[in-house]
Amino acid sequence: MQIYLPIAEVSVNAFLLLGLGGLVGILSGVFGVGGGFLMTPLLFFIGIPPAVAIATGACQIAGASFSGVLAHLKRKTVDLRMGVVLLIGGMIGAAVGVQVFNTLRAMGQVDLLVRLFYVIFLGIIGGLMFLESLRAIQRSRQTAGATPTRRRNRGMIDALPFKMRFRTSGLYISVIPPIIVGLVVGILAAIMGVGGGFIMVPAMIYILGMPTKVVIGTSLFQIIFVTGFTTLLHATTNFTVDMVLAVLLLVGGVIGAQVGTRIGVKMKAEQLRILLAIIVLAVCGRLALDLLMEPSELYSLGNSQ
Amino acid sequence: MIWARALLALWLMLTPVMAQEAVVAGLSSDEISITANFNGSEILIFGAVQRETPPPVELGPLQVIITIEGPDMPITVRRKGWWYGIWINSTAAEIDAAPTFYAVSTTSTLAASLTDTQDLRHRISIPRAIRSVGTEVADQRNFTEALMRIRTEQNLYQLNEGAVTLRNETLFDTSIQMPANLVEGDYATRIFLTRGREVVGQYSADIRVRKVGLERWIYNLAHAYPLIYGILSLTIAIIAGWLASAVFRYIRLS
Repeated sequence: MQIYLPIAEVSVNAFLLLGLGGLVGILSGVFGVGGGFLMTPLLFFIGIPPAVAIATGACQIAGASFSGVLAHLKRKTVDLRMGVVLLIGGMIGAAVGVQVFNTLRAMGQVDLLVRLFYVIFLGIIGGLMFLESLRAIQRSRQTAGATPTRRRNRGMIDALPFKMRFRTSGLYISVIPPIIVGLVVGILAAIMGVGGGFIMVPAMIYILGMPTKVVIGTSLFQIIFVTGFTTLLHATTNFTVDMVLAVLLLVGGVIGAQVGTRIGVKMKAEQLRILLAIIVLAVCGRLALDLLMEPSELYSLGNSQ
Repeated sequence: MIWARALLALWLMLTPVMAQEAVVAGLSSDEISITANFNGSEILIFGAVQRETPPPVELGPLQVIITIEGPDMPITVRRKGWWYGIWINSTAAEIDAAPTFYAVSTTSTLAASLTDTQDLRHRISIPRAIRSVGTEVADQRNFTEALMRIRTEQNLYQLNEGAVTLRNETLFDTSIQMPANLVEGDYATRIFLTRGREVVGQYSADIRVRKVGLERWIYNLAHAYPLIYGILSLTIAIIAGWLASAVFRYIRLS
């Protein structure tokens, strides 16, 4: 069934979109990640204009995160104070990101910006994940029971001013590191149309030293507001949020996530991570090829500014 | 001076009477609605040649040329260049006005139906329909050709030679396939009759292409009230996401 997307102005098969949402949903359910970093490039591949894919991706993530945030709020696993501090950084980052996005769009270089961001981030994350899971598999083979010691090199962070007490996390640290973490995630949300959980979760654990049980809830809390804010910025400056596309992806995504969670329970964590690493690297490679290979059509059409 | 103008006006008024062949035509529809399941459209154009005197065969065989032209818009064409190992957009050229859709259908080949002068005057062939006076790029022609090549691939520019059927030099018909990614606006439909590569009769009508229903409402809201549209999109996304997971929870519980 073909459906005409009113903002993207292309006609796509509705089941393809539902399936795509479902596929990414399954992956996000299996691996416990948001999946925005896979959704947006897949939308490029099926011919949705990049600007629409990114703005709609942000909107879709806001919608997909809502029920998760509710669940975490109910379980009291959200550090609201930390969430708000991260959010302040996130809003500034999103505003900066959209500004950069629009400037480069006017110069006709936004595709390059987005692709470079994706290649770099997917490459780093996929590569690290791949090495880490290889090491984990080796460790489990050697059956060395020693747990990896977490290095706590927090001397620098402790020295920073503007300290604040975060009771839920049991922390007394400067607000500067969380604001910077939020800022980076906000920029990524605006330019890549992702939630940024894949950056924020490790940063919260390793840089801020937050307890694992509040990390997911707090990052979801920040993500929902930052992606919401990004959606509004893209909607008001670029008119690129496609409501119909967002809803189709969401419905597919939520159903897929439920299926994925069940598959995830049955698989081993190391196998899961290596699989996700391979998927991430494959998407990264596909995007990198487009940049490296001589395109068959050197010319492209863009809107006149 | 005044006399000259009056004479010219008189001559223009008399010209239609002198034309021996006129077009009476119809379109299968004069409006295309872009709905939620819009997937392109086929327009049927048919008509007849009306004449009071026997056909002037001495001028050559009758040819019919039909064009449909979407709204003109300026466009930027960009060319990629090799830069430190990656391909990026390096040069851009502005094209002042290019139709967003353009189809030419003819009974014979375009060259056999029309002289260059007539083509220039009526702007019939695809290159003539594009206006560009750019001077900033040295090889403007390459950019214009790229525009035509890309839009031809997308089926937005079509040259359908021999696609018009003409019976007994009187009845003609053709169908033109219009793709899904049409720009809203009035699409000028022109029919030319030519003999000996000169235009002898002409007819024009408009096809309105409009988004309708939900598509129109969403598009208009997004452009007229972007903030409200953004908030609405978020609200709908949140409700949809919450509802879908609530339904799943319910299924799991029961």
